[in-house]
Amino acid sequence: MTTMATAPAPGFEPPGVADFNLPPVFGEITKPVLLLVFSAIIIFAAFRFTVRKPALVPSKSQFLGESFHGIVRNSIARDMIGAEYLKFVPFLTALFAFLLVNNLFGIIPLIQFPTFSHPGVPYALAGLVWLLYNYLGIKRHGFAGYMRISTWPPDVPWWVRIILTPIEFISNILLRPVTLSLRLFGNMFAGHLLLLLFILGGQYMLFTADSITLKVMAPFAFAMGIVFTFFEAFVQVVQAYIFVMLTASYIGTSLVDHH
Amino acid sequence: MTTTLLAAEELNPLAPHPIEIIVGLIAFLLLFWLLKRTVFPQFEKVYAERVDKIEGGIKRAEEAQEEAYVLRQQYEDQLAGLRAEAARIRDDARAEGQQIKAELRAQAEEEAERIRQRGHEQIAAAREQVARQLRAEIGGISVQLAERLVGRELSAETRRTETIDAFLAELDELAERRETAPAAGGAS
Repeated sequence: MTTMATAPAPGFEPPGVADFNLPPVFGEITKPVLLLVFSAIIIFAAFRFTVRKPALVPSKSQFLGESFHGIVRNSIARDMIGAEYLKFVPFLTALFAFLLVNNLFGIIPLIQFPTFSHPGVPYALAGLVWLLYNYLGIKRHGFAGYMRISTWPPDVPWWVRIILTPIEFISNILLRPVTLSLRLFGNMFAGHLLLLLFILGGQYMLFTADSITLKVMAPFAFAMGIVFTFFEAFVQVVQAYIFVMLTASYIGTSLVDHH
Repeated sequence: MTTTLLAAEELNPLAPHPIEIIVGLIAFLLLFWLLKRTVFPQFEKVYAERVDKIEGGIKRAEEAQEEAYVLRQQYEDQLAGLRAEAARIRDDARAEGQQIKAELRAQAEEEAERIRQRGHEQIAAAREQVARQLRAEIGGISVQLAERLVGRELSAETRRTETIDAFLAELDELAERRETAPAAGGAS
């Protein structure tokens, strides 16, 4: 990249991994750390606000809070888990809110950094989910019973089992937390990178580059940045939803009755 | 060497930052715990109340409807009973009226018959009386007439006729003075 800097203007350095390493704000505390704490505070404050005076006929804010809770409760937890879903609604709702707000930080002006483009918290949350669904499965069916549910699908000939059972074990027990966390991290990371590319590229074209053509083209880069901001908003919501949906699904399969 | 290693390590986007894991987990678990304790029970309470309200309302409405149905049935039964009763009373009254009318007519006819009878009897009695009186009087009158005829000279036809005429006129006078049935008797 540095070799390109032969022209009077320095060449464009595309944004990369280095752009995700933000300098600490103070001490060890970096922007994502602050965002994590901030997200928890605003989520709790917002929910507290919606139930400050709960009524049978909800106020506007109570309706919003109920709708959010209701989506997780009725269209994720109830569909995925079944009869015992109510027990898991608080966890799933808190998880959804936490993921959603931290993801949306990626497009909120002045914040503009999706917390989970750093993989640490996705790992931690996926690990939490892994512990939860394995614990539930073992508690419900015993270790052997749980292993049978996870790796021993019924009505399969023995010679298929030779290959199917290891695959099931790897995919259900080992890889679930990996895919869960990397899916979230990857989407946030790539999305942020994409926005950086358009915005920083546009900035370079407008202010740094010598070519007049590039200067004229700069608004298109910004326009694409705006388009992709909307796209990112969609991706961020969807990723939070998928994470919670899969979590509920894992819990559901751990609790399923075997016959 | 350590710095390059550190730099290389930090440039790996898959490498987690320990502080984020710690802070993130604490923040999330604290958030979860607080929400679970304070906010979500409120939501569930409101849902339960709402469900209770709606289902209770529906149940109460069904009960009220059931009750109304029973009452209506009761009223209809009562009404049918009353209608039958009214019809019966009307029939009775009509029959009674008919009977009373028939009785009254019979009574009236009897009365009329009795009056007529009495009229006949009176007339018969009157005639009897007149006849008896006439019989007595005619006897006397005939004697008187005979005496007169005998007392005078039965010579001339005219005189005899005069005498009879005078006698009849006298009788007429007599009849006018009495003003009763004997006039008719005298005429016959």
